[in-house]
Amino acid sequence: MTPKIETKNLQLYYGAHHALKGIDFSANANTVTALIGPSGCGKSTFLRCFNRMNDLIDGCEVEGQILIDGMNINDKYLNVDELRKKVGMVFQKPNPFPKSIFENVAYGLRINGINDKKTLEEKVEKALRQAALWEEVKDNLKKSAMSISGGQQQRLCIARALAVEPSLVLMDEPTSALDPISTSKVEELIYQLKEKYTILIVTHNMQQAARVSDRTAFFYIGEMIEYNDTTEIFTNPKIERTQNYITGRFG
Amino acid sequence: MTHLETELDKLKGDITGMFILVQKQLNKSIQSLLTMDKDLAREIIAAEKRVNAEELKIDRVCENIVALFNPVAVDLRFVFASFKINSHLERMGDNAKGIARYVLEMSEKFDADLIAKLQLQEMFSVANKMIDENIAAFENGDSSKARLVFEMDERVDAINFAANNIVADYIKANTDKAIHLLNLMSIIRKLERVGDLQANIAEEIIFYVDAEVLKHDKNFHNKI
Repeated sequence: MTPKIETKNLQLYYGAHHALKGIDFSANANTVTALIGPSGCGKSTFLRCFNRMNDLIDGCEVEGQILIDGMNINDKYLNVDELRKKVGMVFQKPNPFPKSIFENVAYGLRINGINDKKTLEEKVEKALRQAALWEEVKDNLKKSAMSISGGQQQRLCIARALAVEPSLVLMDEPTSALDPISTSKVEELIYQLKEKYTILIVTHNMQQAARVSDRTAFFYIGEMIEYNDTTEIFTNPKIERTQNYITGRFG
Repeated sequence: MTHLETELDKLKGDITGMFILVQKQLNKSIQSLLTMDKDLAREIIAAEKRVNAEELKIDRVCENIVALFNPVAVDLRFVFASFKINSHLERMGDNAKGIARYVLEMSEKFDADLIAKLQLQEMFSVANKMIDENIAAFENGDSSKARLVFEMDERVDAINFAANNIVADYIKANTDKAIHLLNLMSIIRKLERVGDLQANIAEEIIFYVDAEVLKHDKNFHNKI
């Protein structure tokens, strides 16, 4: 089976700082992979490699291969806008646009040239259903996205990411700003979304990583120390540094 | 030491305490059997309530650690192993109480020659050594000590197996003492069960220390 995403000897520098040191990684389609590790270990940097978000950072240099469906996206001639249609991203804090709920989800579709009202309505409903938000907002689609709760806003952002039908979804601590009930809804959503999407999630919450992911990668000072099935990582990690981290003995 | 480490350390102390409590119960049960000391037998039966209370307390400690600290990896294995060891130790306490009950029921002292022939004291001594090895293995996280227990269990099993024919022959020759002899056989079975429980405990210690599952592994030790 060809991996959905892969990196080969991925090196990343922020100026003189070597942030990612030769990462060889692969994940299959329709899986959830959790990236864990202490702050500054490189996990979010690694996540952002898959939609070339690091391009926006001055002095950032990336070497090695980053493959999505076998295609190297670490290519200066690559159309980054096209890449980001295939790779959705959800951030730490919900960041809805100051527009209506409907327009938030329709935004990416309109940018992609979809303006037919019926098509937009269908796709918005589909995305909101996938994000488990439809039942809560279906009667208030014109309401401002800024007026709904934080948990709903984050699921709206997930719906916005899903509306353009990406094949890969990147989540950077998507529940760190949410209450336990909203967190639980988003986690349940992640579990269901993997039927259709491949998901990479950065989390500082060990239990969340254990609950939602199939595989877990532990990063430390720019290196991927251990990468294995989540059940193995959380019951019998093979490397002592991983064990010390997940048991809270350092980091 | 982190809060979780403090709680795990307390749990380790509780389990070690349970080991010692149950080992004392077993020692007293054999002593009461050999000397037909009915007061001591009653003491064992009374102390069983303490064993049960300790079991419930340790169960609660394990539950709390899982619920409040979400342990993972070696910590999780330690809590799971402790939970099961606790249960095995309580059942060992039941066996000590069972021996004490037979002592109370008996009207005369067990035949010393027969006890010697059955190697009852040897059986008890090996079972006691198994407990010692398991305590050391558990306290120090030393699975090599736990692995010694399986061979000792084979010795206990062999004594138990040999007892069948010895007791059968005695019953044939002493039909009037059949009940007395059957009770003695039941006591031997209880000691054999203690050996099995110690082997089960050794498996749990190896699981906690080495993340190796030996349960139902017939290739490793097919006697359990």
